[in-house]
Amino acid sequence: MVLSANDKTNVKGVFSKISSHAEEYGAETLERMFTTYPQTKTYFPHFDLHHGSAQVKAHGKKVAAALIEAANHIDDIAGALSKLSDLHAQKLRVDPVNFKLLGQCFLVVMAIHHPSALTPEVHASLDKFLCAVGNVLTSKYR
Amino acid sequence: MTLTQAEKAAVVTIWAKVATQADAIGAESLERLFSSYPQTKTYFPHFDLSQGSAQLRGHGSKVMNAIGEAVKHIDDIRGALAKLSELHAYILRVDPVNFKLLSHCILCSVAARYPSDFTPEVHAAWDKFLSSVSSVLTEKYR
Repeated sequence: MVLSANDKTNVKGVFSKISSHAEEYGAETLERMFTTYPQTKTYFPHFDLHHGSAQVKAHGKKVAAALIEAANHIDDIAGALSKLSDLHAQKLRVDPVNFKLLGQCFLVVMAIHHPSALTPEVHASLDKFLCAVGNVLTSKYR
Repeated sequence: MTLTQAEKAAVVTIWAKVATQADAIGAESLERLFSSYPQTKTYFPHFDLSQGSAQLRGHGSKVMNAIGEAVKHIDDIRGALAKLSELHAYILRVDPVNFKLLSHCILCSVAARYPSDFTPEVHAAWDKFLSSVSSVLTEKYR
């Protein structure tokens, strides 16, 4: 799956809109994921996962930063996220299915906070982008 | 996900054996697919799906021919299957989840016929290869 020029424009547009709230959205994405898909909590036995947890906030910030990095280097996501890809392959080993779930939750957060921005075309572009990121992060698993 | 040299070699070696029974393996894989995952029959309302049906054999051949092409051009699967990719994107639109199911059935058929060749390493190589083929066939969907 390849991101078209339109897709890239749409994604960059979204991220420039949300840049000031990215960390907050990252945390909210995680919270929604843990609530809606409780099995995802399995990767965070060492975290306090209650609402407002500082650890979830901090982790949300990390996730948001990675997505922003990817959007800023949208022509070479594999290059931009290479280290993160290694980390997931060698240490974290998050089951690939969970990237879809995280992506879903991120889209929901976008829809809630920026409903007018999330037109069907932008939604599709963002979903493709999140799939591409997920693919990069699982590409070195085997 | 890229195939290592060793993996490509494993795929090519097994293919040499599989090719001698390609049609039978193709038909058997489809039969397995329709029995284990009846929902896949939805794409073949126009077929006689009973065991030994000429249409099943014919279609099994097509599937295996495509895989053979991919093996022959294992360094450029995307190029080799470009037309098939478009066919699936614009006309067939088989839900991507079904490629995993078919791949699984093909692996079972191959393993059943070549048990001693189907070592864990060969199994992994074939699974990666069929995943690559599946990715190519669904990459133009959007």
